[in-house]
Amino acid sequence: MSYIVADKVAKEFGNGDGKVTAVRSIDLSIEQGEFISIMGESGAGKSTLLSMLGGLLGPTRGHINIGGIDIYSLKRDKLADFRREFMGFIFQSFQLVPYLNVLENVQLPLAVTHHSEAAKKSLALSALDRVGLKDKAHRLPNQISGGEQERVAIARAVVNEPPILFADEPTGNLDSRNSAEVMNLLKKLNSEGQTIVMVTHSRLNAEYADRIVEVADGGIKDMPVIRVVC
Amino acid sequence: MKLHDIAFNNLRRRKGKVFFLVMGLLVGVASVVALLTTTSTLEEDIAHKMDEFGANILITPRSEGLSLTYGGLSLGGLSFDLKEISQQDLDKIKTISNAANIRIVSPKVFGVFESNGNKALVVGVDFPAELSLKKWWKITGKQPEYEDEILVGKEAADRFQLKTGSSVDIKGETFNVAGVLETTGSQDDSLLFMALPVTQKLFGKENQVGMVEVAALCKNCPISEIVAQISEKIPTAKVTAVQQVVEGRMDTIHNFRKFSLGISGLVLFVGSMVVFVTMMGSVNERTREIGIFSAIGFRKSHIMRIILLEAFVVSLVAGIVGYLAGIGITRLLLTFLTDHAPHFSLDPMVAAGAVFLAVLLGLVASLYPAMTASRMDPSEALRTL
Repeated sequence: MSYIVADKVAKEFGNGDGKVTAVRSIDLSIEQGEFISIMGESGAGKSTLLSMLGGLLGPTRGHINIGGIDIYSLKRDKLADFRREFMGFIFQSFQLVPYLNVLENVQLPLAVTHHSEAAKKSLALSALDRVGLKDKAHRLPNQISGGEQERVAIARAVVNEPPILFADEPTGNLDSRNSAEVMNLLKKLNSEGQTIVMVTHSRLNAEYADRIVEVADGGIKDMPVIRVVC
Repeated sequence: MKLHDIAFNNLRRRKGKVFFLVMGLLVGVASVVALLTTTSTLEEDIAHKMDEFGANILITPRSEGLSLTYGGLSLGGLSFDLKEISQQDLDKIKTISNAANIRIVSPKVFGVFESNGNKALVVGVDFPAELSLKKWWKITGKQPEYEDEILVGKEAADRFQLKTGSSVDIKGETFNVAGVLETTGSQDDSLLFMALPVTQKLFGKENQVGMVEVAALCKNCPISEIVAQISEKIPTAKVTAVQQVVEGRMDTIHNFRKFSLGISGLVLFVGSMVVFVTMMGSVNERTREIGIFSAIGFRKSHIMRIILLEAFVVSLVAGIVGYLAGIGITRLLLTFLTDHAPHFSLDPMVAAGAVFLAVLLGLVASLYPAMTASRMDPSEALRTL
């Protein structure tokens, strides 16, 4: 059985005449250690699919199984625990907390764990080291560049070493040089065994993945990967 | 990094927002402290002033009396078995357990003065006590200082053609009119007042007292208790509370207290609304970061703890500063509201109450915003980008 399984998941918003179907019925299986890109037009439902896969948005119909667990059968707090333990998130626009410095932002997912303060700091510094930002640990988010903020967001997503990384348009706000840096970083993490599910509208960035799927008309289809960059 | 670090960092690095949040609560707490402390001090002041304003207890000789009426017509009455009050009895009043509440004791003795067919009542009084009791008296001339000086009511002065400086013979002795009372509209207008010992001697009532008027401070004690205590000490006297006066005073004080409590309640309500709206606004502004907290695995209780901890710290600071500000405002207000410095002290209970109230108010007002934040759907919160 695959590590992540979406079984006929559908998502509708609103009801009656105002009902909007964001995802009609999608079946998707992702293996452990796989790097998958989800593409699609704006409004095709790719971010909705990512939110459902990441335990952030319950489907109207269907099931999401991760590691054999139907995640939406879990109570709200248990699902929060599951996300903390098994998932890391890289959001659009970095989503760093403005009043916490870089080190504190990276430590956020550890704030509710039972690690000692020293261990939390050590894990956060190690994650920052992996993204090359250890020397900027005490700066506030507005004191570093956009590319650096994205790398801080990646460090925060991997600090507790979750098996799965969800990335929603991770290079959406970056120039091409910073985009390439971030994508190479994700590829490096994947090569170390990290499962990555990424939503992107950039074909170029999608090519970093092992597999590309396209969400269209509420359904999904596999697309060929033309590996030109590594 | 612990949850409280998130709360403290937020407060430390968003000083502007914290300032307005503290101010919202501080204004409420300071207003309540100022209002309560001021009204409590003024209440004391008013009570003292009112207690000085006339007698509220009357001590008369006990007697058996018959009121004669027939067919609705009053035929007068008659008293018998009269028990006199002696001068020594007056000292016993000062020995009751509520003696501290007794402010003025004004004994009186009565006699009749007759001149050219006109009659008037002579009242022997202790002038310092009587003048303290009747602050509304206005005298043309001066207060009597010597034993041969008298004070005359306006009507009596007109009837006997007396004026300041003139003299009058009473029971064979000559007295000088030290002053004439301006019209009071009471029975005092038709009376002649002279020193108590002289009156007692002149009318053969040495060591006797006809009536005693007492002014008791009754803000914190029921007047009926003082009446009972005096009755026990002077069993030969009939002691009665002038109910109309007593109840009128207590009503005024109670109304004043009700008014101040009502205003305090209103200010508190407005204060709590300010905190609620500010906290709600603060939570709405932080939707995005609350969405992040939720997405990375914070439970509902974790998010509530962050918001309530922030509210606790803000409320604590607002409570302490609000209390100090309230005391400052009280000091300022009292200099305008009173013509003398009233007794005013820092009450640790009010301080503790103000801080407790601020924290309670801050937490209660933040509870709904905190619950709203903790229930926020992470994907919905992140969609507000």
